[in-house]
Amino acid sequence: MTEYNFAYLDEQTKRMIRRAILKGLAIPGYQVPFASREMPMPYGWGTGGVQVSAAVLTPKDTFKVIDQGADDTTNAVSIRTFFQRTAGVATTTATSDATVIQTRHRIPEEPLHEGQILVYQVPIPEPLRFLEPRESETRKMHSLEEYGLMHVKLYEDISRHGHIATSYAYPVKVEGRYVMDPSPIPKFDNPKLGDMAAIQLFGAGREQRIYALPPYTQVVSLDFEDHPFEASKADHPCGMCGATDSYLDELIIDDLGGRMFVCSDSDYCEARQATGHKGKDAA
Amino acid sequence: MQANTLSGGFADPAVGSAHAFRSVMEAMARPGTIQDIEGAAPPAPLSPAMGAVLLTLCDTETPIYLAGDMDCDAARAWLAFHTGAPFVGPAHCMFAVGKWDALAPLAVYPIGTSEYPDRSATLIVECSELAASSATLTGPGIKDQATLSLPEVEAFQANRTLFPLGLDFIFTCGERLAALPRSTEVSRSSSEAIAQVGAS
Ligand SMILES: [Zn+2]
Repeated sequence: MTEYNFAYLDEQTKRMIRRAILKGLAIPGYQVPFASREMPMPYGWGTGGVQVSAAVLTPKDTFKVIDQGADDTTNAVSIRTFFQRTAGVATTTATSDATVIQTRHRIPEEPLHEGQILVYQVPIPEPLRFLEPRESETRKMHSLEEYGLMHVKLYEDISRHGHIATSYAYPVKVEGRYVMDPSPIPKFDNPKLGDMAAIQLFGAGREQRIYALPPYTQVVSLDFEDHPFEASKADHPCGMCGATDSYLDELIIDDLGGRMFVCSDSDYCEARQATGHKGKDAA
Repeated sequence: MQANTLSGGFADPAVGSAHAFRSVMEAMARPGTIQDIEGAAPPAPLSPAMGAVLLTLCDTETPIYLAGDMDCDAARAWLAFHTGAPFVGPAHCMFAVGKWDALAPLAVYPIGTSEYPDRSATLIVECSELAASSATLTGPGIKDQATLSLPEVEAFQANRTLFPLGLDFIFTCGERLAALPRSTEVSRSSSEAIAQVGAS
């Protein structure tokens, strides 16, 4: 027999996390406190997401992990291997084949479908934290729907920069009630949060919070009538696959400062190349 | 202690509860959908689905209220052995277990606080049927609308007005379950509304 508990965590811990997940689904966008456990990986490596994955995985799952869109970073590989060993799951890099996808800082380009679960690693779950360091105060602000300061901060961006400069972790309002931090995804991904067919679960380990978006939930990025939200990205096609609709990473490709734009979602880019799509920098 | 007190848990507790949780989670995430849930064989009057939900979610940290017929020696002994959960009255429970009529009145259960709306009870309702009929559901988790056989409509409408506070519901029947979180808007299906108008 295995030397680990199934999915590493003991049963009582998983029950506690599972109860928190159900509350999160019942109150979309509300941060449910939970008693985070030590995991055999450092904070910042996604212990919140790992604990949520441990609570939802079954041995029948096919598991994918992406780190900033890539399946092959040390972080992604280590989490994938961890659950392959402890939960006996199959693993994949193909977005459409996965039943559970753990992600750090991206939503896959390919639309997710019913039956899939997207688990986000969250460093700072409280969208109001930079305005108010005290948890007791931010909790009160959420309870009273006191979100005026949040709008003031975004508006200061506009007066300073001519536009809203926040480009990651761009705050959203869920079902007209809770303001939520979508984790540090680029705001390009924000429109995918709403009306998604998959279940979205968010885990913050250090801050001990779990929150959730059921499928087909209304999620609106905060904005202003005269400055509507824009899901911006680099204005280039992907150098490898030619995609014009994907989020791009900028790579330095030589000592002379040569640059290239490539899809951050490596599965999306590779699948396009495999079906004959070619960008200007492809060999 | 009776023999069936000791039996009827998940054959493999870790894997059995992992599968059962996914059924519960899918049900809560997609209100109105009916999910299969297997692996538990509790003594009557607990259904297999009720047993599986309780094994999956309950332990020494989750006070349970057993309502009406559910408050019997067989159920108490089985839950005490398999979950260790303490039994309490409705005002202090985290989970309430019973048939719909026995669970009333709903006003006695914890609905959470404005700062901690999660500190609320989940009612697990044993039903004689579970079908896509009678009530129309809309809200988070539901693409357009869903239908579910609810024991009534008004109680869920009143619960919805408390949002983000309120109660969440799981309906069990045989080896199947459905759920209704506090976020769901409930109305009478139009066919039933017409039938009611016709009857009045
Ligand atoms: Zn590409």
